[in-house]
Amino acid sequence: MNKYLFYPGCSMPRSARPYYDSLMAIKDDIQIDLDEIDDWNCCGATEYWSVHQLKAHALVGRNLALAQQKANGSNTLVAGCSACYLNLAKTANYMRDDPQLNRQITEALAAGGLSYTAGSLEIRHLLDIIYNDVGLETIRSRVVRPLTGLRVAPYYGCMIVRPDPDNRYGNPEYPTALDKLMEVLGATVIDFPQKTHCCSGHMTQISPDVAYELLHRLISGADRYEADMMVTLCPMCQLNLDAYQGDMNTYYNTDYYMPVLYFTQLMGLAFGHDAKELGIGREFVDARFALAKIGVEVPAEDSPAQPKPRRRKKEQGLPMPRMGEEEQ
Amino acid sequence: MSANGNKNEEGKERIGVYVCHCGSNIAGVVDVKDVAVWAKEEMGDEGVVVARDYKFMCSSLGQELIENDIKELGLTRVVVAACSPHLHEQTFRTAAERAGLNPYLSELVSIREQVSWVHTDKVKATEKAKAVVAGGIERVIQNEPLEPLRVPIHPATLVVGGGIAGIQAALEIADAGHKVYLVEREPSIGGHMAQFDKTFPTLDCAACILTPRMVSVGEHPNIELLTWSEVERVEGYVGNFSVTVRKRPRYVDTELCTGCGICWEKCPKKVIDEVFEVGIGYRTAVYTPFPQAVPKYPVIDTETCIYFQNGKCKACEKLCPTGAIKFDQEEEIVLLEVGNIIIATGFDLFDARRIPEYGYGRLANVFTSAEFERMCNAAGPTDGEVVMRDGVSKPASVGIVHCVGSRDRNYNNYCSVICCMSSLKFAHLVKERTGAEVYNFYIDMRTAYKDYDEFYQRVMGEGVLFVRGRVAEITDATRSPGEEGKLVIQVEDTLAGRQRRIPVDMAILAVGLEPRADAKEVAKKFGISCSAAGWITEKHPKLDPVATMTEGIFIAGAVQGPKDIPTSVAQGAAAAARVLSRISRGEIYLEPIRATVNAEMCSGCRICNNLCPFNAIIFHEDLMVSEINHALCQGCGTCVAACPAGAISGTGFSNEQVLSQIEGLLEFSFAEEPVLMEMTPA
Amino acid sequence: MSAMPQVGTDLKPISYLEEVSRATPGNSRLEMCIQCGTCGGSCPSSQDMDHTPRQLFAMIRANMREAVLASNTPWYCVSCYYCTVRCPQEIHITDIMYTLKSMAVAAGQYKETVGADLSRTFVGYVDNYGRSYELGLATRLYLRHSPLNILSKATMGLGLLTRDRLDFTPQKINNLEQLQSILNRAEQIEEATA
Repeated sequence: MNKYLFYPGCSMPRSARPYYDSLMAIKDDIQIDLDEIDDWNCCGATEYWSVHQLKAHALVGRNLALAQQKANGSNTLVAGCSACYLNLAKTANYMRDDPQLNRQITEALAAGGLSYTAGSLEIRHLLDIIYNDVGLETIRSRVVRPLTGLRVAPYYGCMIVRPDPDNRYGNPEYPTALDKLMEVLGATVIDFPQKTHCCSGHMTQISPDVAYELLHRLISGADRYEADMMVTLCPMCQLNLDAYQGDMNTYYNTDYYMPVLYFTQLMGLAFGHDAKELGIGREFVDARFALAKIGVEVPAEDSPAQPKPRRRKKEQGLPMPRMGEEEQ
Repeated sequence: MSANGNKNEEGKERIGVYVCHCGSNIAGVVDVKDVAVWAKEEMGDEGVVVARDYKFMCSSLGQELIENDIKELGLTRVVVAACSPHLHEQTFRTAAERAGLNPYLSELVSIREQVSWVHTDKVKATEKAKAVVAGGIERVIQNEPLEPLRVPIHPATLVVGGGIAGIQAALEIADAGHKVYLVEREPSIGGHMAQFDKTFPTLDCAACILTPRMVSVGEHPNIELLTWSEVERVEGYVGNFSVTVRKRPRYVDTELCTGCGICWEKCPKKVIDEVFEVGIGYRTAVYTPFPQAVPKYPVIDTETCIYFQNGKCKACEKLCPTGAIKFDQEEEIVLLEVGNIIIATGFDLFDARRIPEYGYGRLANVFTSAEFERMCNAAGPTDGEVVMRDGVSKPASVGIVHCVGSRDRNYNNYCSVICCMSSLKFAHLVKERTGAEVYNFYIDMRTAYKDYDEFYQRVMGEGVLFVRGRVAEITDATRSPGEEGKLVIQVEDTLAGRQRRIPVDMAILAVGLEPRADAKEVAKKFGISCSAAGWITEKHPKLDPVATMTEGIFIAGAVQGPKDIPTSVAQGAAAAARVLSRISRGEIYLEPIRATVNAEMCSGCRICNNLCPFNAIIFHEDLMVSEINHALCQGCGTCVAACPAGAISGTGFSNEQVLSQIEGLLEFSFAEEPVLMEMTPA
Repeated sequence: MSAMPQVGTDLKPISYLEEVSRATPGNSRLEMCIQCGTCGGSCPSSQDMDHTPRQLFAMIRANMREAVLASNTPWYCVSCYYCTVRCPQEIHITDIMYTLKSMAVAAGQYKETVGADLSRTFVGYVDNYGRSYELGLATRLYLRHSPLNILSKATMGLGLLTRDRLDFTPQKINNLEQLQSILNRAEQIEEATA
């Protein structure tokens, strides 16, 4: 049993509830214990940092202090959202490496009766602990319903692999952890060139035009490579790709139908859990049609409209360079 | 060389002290006249018989002062107080020698770098200068007359690496009438230059200018060529190296082989040639790397040869008209005795797979510069046609990317020197052979040498398009119909001030130069040092680029750092000249400042063995004592300091000398109160 | 951070480059920029920016303070960090963008009002509740900046609500007082060192 301190972040309780539900459903299968920090606060996302620097660090600092206080025997703090993970890691690392900043944050925390010993916690993303601590072999052994035939575009987004302050993903341009995880679940993983391109983050609020452009690149890319669905690991990415897909289609006059699920949901399906338990059915772009391909039934209140079948273009020397095994 | 002068009646030395003004460099802060007067008056008891001050001691007149005093006053020791010994120690030693005094009885103490240049308080500076001079005087009394070590030089030379630098060096030495062993790891000499098509800035065909040199090497009576061989071990020291070379078995009898080529023509096993063809072409299991190989004898690659893998085939053996194929051939170990070694092992290229955003390895039509060279080469896999990865289609647009893996703290921090020029060369070749639209993407255009910028002007005139921007991504994820089926190069055109997506058919990555993968092992083998990156360290980056800190071992070409062909040739010739000067003198003199182990005091703990940066200490198992090889020892003093038994002493820096100097310094310190206190009995 | 140019310890004005460097935590390495354009080439939203990131840095080095603060570039940064990992000089570009945004807010000088407004409103909610409040944030923003589009946005809002993916009312942490003491103290230190 691997023990961790857990930071859910503002999205998991509500807008990314399926992420949370599916994580809770599979955690016993993979034997991880997630101890939620009491009374955690927002990590600041990107907005807080656009107005304040030190205050934002202090905001995160409270979470670090509370995590340390929890003292459950683990010194690893896990976050499921990439932005939460990066903010926690940034502050933890700066406190460890920048003495002046450390002094200032410590002073601020003391005003609330809290303290955090710099360098005492290790901050990691959920994918990281599942891939590295639980390991592919354990996961493979839990698969009872392989996702054979499901073409999956693994989508990492940005902040988990960049800037990667603790160097966990090999090359930030071409990570393979999520790809290999999906493979082990039995899915067909497509080599998706935009797998680390940006989902546009909060540009959906600031400039929808820019957001639609970025989302269009991702969804058209996945569609081009004939993916049945995209799998993601960040609530922001899922929200943008899923909830804004309709608006993006309107803007470009296209009819893409690309469901976006969390990797924990696919893990849950492979482990034999049923769709409802994993929060499937709460997406804007319904995943049921793609999942029907692999025999998974998603109960529905109404009968949602079947998407039109995608028309795809066909594709046809000197030897190519030999590529080595991608190391993590 | 010469005996001491006569000591005076009390058995003291006769010391001359010379205090230099160095213009106002010293005299502006230190009262030099006062120091000279003080030396004569206060240090007379120590043996000072004359003390002078002079404007520039290093001038001829200054030196003459010393020489005259030695002759007329019978001086036995000389102390000059002036600049740092790094600059003029040799000057005053030579002056002493001219006057008949052993040069090692002259000491230079620094009252410039250590006093006048670092202090502003004139009173205190003058006192400190006196202390420094006192230290020098006390030390020089302990000096012994020394003779330089004479080491004979074996006239044969080893050149490691048969690229253009090694070839140049070998020919220079061989033409001067001396024996050269040229060891090359590949089956043929020629190095990277043999792979190129045209060379900048003249667009000479590489093979056309290289192969005559290669033939000269192959035919030269003074050059013994050992190809398909590697240096295993190096022992000895300058003038007397013993080098063990492993000659790998070719499985071809070179006495019988005529180089007719039937064996590789008929060999059924075709494999990708990763070395010479950089993975873009094929060779057979028995092969010569290219048609003009020197020597002409093929080799058999046992990893792919059908016979060696499962005992079948033997086509080459059957078809060879002279019966030269010998499957039972064994490797040969040879021992070479040489006087000097020149290392010219060249470079490797940056692996473009390390930059995934450029798509090399995933996107078919992204090529490296090396692949493109082979493509352009008339004897290459496409007979010199510029084609895409399908081997057939001609590109209508080509993007050439500068600075791949260079000038980048994420990969290699340095500039690889030659990529801008070779990228311009590629631009020219593409235009010439296809008429395609060509883009060069650069950060800066580095065209610094003779005719290089003119070449840039020429290529500009040919209509090549230049975009000043470092390529961010090469992708096949298209966004618009114009990009379909193409590679998109995404870059900020910094001069136009916006991001551009430029569709091309083919991209060429100008990958940077790196040290050879085994550079560190090679350095260790020869006892020389290399930088953290792996470039071999030259003795002095400006004034001595072809020597190393190890006497007798020289370097030439890209092994020292990225460089072009003209510079590699120049370095090859320079290294050869250095070697020839040694061979012609027949012996060299080494500084006698060396460490010696007193065998009686040595406990055999061997602490010194591993500390020596020059591998100069050997341990005699039978006697259980260490011994220092004076030819390798550089007199750094590490072992002297480290020996727990104090059994090692340095000639020219003995314990007595150093301690005396310290005493001299302290006794006449510049503190207001005297440092030494009277010791009265309790 | 003040709107006026800062002075160094010898009371001579420090360069804008120096000012931005100091305001960024850690060592931003902004002075190492060779203007290669990798950042501008990698940026997913650069075509909608007033200036590419590289241009902005050239402007900072040229002391074009007003123009930099008015540029929409930092507001259109999506924090994808491509520039940061690809920069050959290892400049912490994204961190600098955050610094520029906070400088612009502090100086009250920005043309990109939606971005600044979004951030300030977000900060307000977190300061008052300890958690972000999406419904409140979106409503305020659209009412202020694109009231005509509020209907289409309401459709999405409804979609989120019916899928149980949106809180109707704000979530609050328990120990709000503790958080606020910490944040207030931090703000004091921020102002003192500006």
